[in-house]
Amino acid sequence: MNDLGNVRADFPILERKINGKRLAFLDSAASSQKPVQVLDAMDRVYRTRYANVHRGAYTLSQEATDDYEAARRKVTRFINADDDEIIFTRSTTSALNMVAYSLGLNGLGEGDRILTTVMEHHANIVPWQMVARYTGAEVIYADIDSGHRVATEAVTEMIDERVKIVSISGMSNVLGSMPAISEIAAAAHAAGAVMIVDAAQLVPHAPVDVKALGADFLAFSSHKMLGPTGVGVLWGRRDRLEEMEPIEGGGEMISDVTLDGSTWAPVPHKFEAGTPPFVEAIGLGAAVDYLSELGMDRVFAHDRELTAYALDRLGEIPDLYVQGPADVHNRGGAVSFSMPDIHAHDLATILDQEGVQVRAGHHCAKPLMRRLDVPATARASFYIYSVREDVDALIDAIHVARKIFGV
Amino acid sequence: MALEELYREVILDHYRNPRNRVELDAPTAHADGNNPLCGDEVHLDLIVADGIVTDIAVTGQGCSISQSSASMMSDAIKGKTLADVNDLTAKFKAMMDIDANGDAGIDPDRPGAMLGDLEALQGVRKFPVRIKCANLAWTTLQEALGN
Repeated sequence: MNDLGNVRADFPILERKINGKRLAFLDSAASSQKPVQVLDAMDRVYRTRYANVHRGAYTLSQEATDDYEAARRKVTRFINADDDEIIFTRSTTSALNMVAYSLGLNGLGEGDRILTTVMEHHANIVPWQMVARYTGAEVIYADIDSGHRVATEAVTEMIDERVKIVSISGMSNVLGSMPAISEIAAAAHAAGAVMIVDAAQLVPHAPVDVKALGADFLAFSSHKMLGPTGVGVLWGRRDRLEEMEPIEGGGEMISDVTLDGSTWAPVPHKFEAGTPPFVEAIGLGAAVDYLSELGMDRVFAHDRELTAYALDRLGEIPDLYVQGPADVHNRGGAVSFSMPDIHAHDLATILDQEGVQVRAGHHCAKPLMRRLDVPATARASFYIYSVREDVDALIDAIHVARKIFGV
Repeated sequence: MALEELYREVILDHYRNPRNRVELDAPTAHADGNNPLCGDEVHLDLIVADGIVTDIAVTGQGCSISQSSASMMSDAIKGKTLADVNDLTAKFKAMMDIDANGDAGIDPDRPGAMLGDLEALQGVRKFPVRIKCANLAWTTLQEALGN
């Protein structure tokens, strides 16, 4: 039991022993575990309602199509979007690539600027660098402050008429920092720029209302929010999606095809070329049901409570540095830390022997590692099934590592 | 316990006090190695004269396994002929080869007889994701020597 109730009972994997020890799964920022409700929803499709979607006037295809479109409406409601504003993609990465290529190749040129930050995941850096190479545009980066947050002014003071796109993480996967997206979006719009949010961490961990957020595009992944791998979401404001060109052509996305050319299906289907990952999308729909029932305010509060506890307990350990805000104000539940005498990989190997599963490395954020001047960090991250006992296991295992390394 | 086999005292000693962490004035061979997945780095400068590795300098950063392996390697190959270095490299890689059967010729009754301190890295084989850390210095060495 934790403050969200008996949710742990819904996650069969939590019964596992790792190296003979109780599993303390602390890598939910990389990918979350799955409740039986999600597994059952997908299993049901494969066993009883499976055929390709949008294809035939036969019962099975109609049922699969109904389930797929119902999942789209669930996700739409989950972030308070309007109908037909949700595109199913492969992942956050493919959603960001889609919007980067479409906006970039149909509008950016020499002298234009794309503004992001130094704390971004590679998925919100590399596509922009690629688009910049094709178009002659330039990528510029707002810095973090000494408290490892992105100050609103640090971003807004870089916005001028050259900036056409602002693309920023809503919650850092390394630091946990949560920039003030709605304020930044307002500044971006005032300068005529498009506002994009990498919400891979934000949507799973905090309540999101796209109307209140004020952005134009939002990208997130199913697998970090209790759903299966293989499906992600691009939300776009209806008018933006209408004017945006698809970057992938194929089946499903057309209105008509002749030998001379093609016309596109209406939004959102013009962006979903080929058979979509519809069983996965249906699994995401079940995940959204699960999270909605808990309430995202409570999910966020649960993460915050554990983060506060982890920051507190990690603070007890000498020579351990938390990379990220020291308090839970505007902060998500990714807690990165480094120890000068024990490399993050050694730490992760030792923690694993104690059943504690943490990520060690650069977390797909090498520019941030260079900015922080650390080769790598270890990261503990939480989700709805996490409990204080997991944090206690982490702390005990760090002491085992300190003993082995004689510090 | 497997952890004690991995983190032998000799490994931690080389990690804390890496050997040959110097700069060479006129290296005749050089290579940079890195593991993009984990960020470990090993940089090697060598002086090879008349078929003998007369001097070596190691720099870099990373986990205890990658850095201690580099340090032990530098001690092991200094003063050796290129033929001996190649032989040692083959033996080390065989010791790290998870698919190879047996112990690559290491005699448990005479610890250190074949590979000296380097035999302490045997325990890494029980941690497959870390094998690439142990091998990094040796792969970099092969690149520096043009093999």
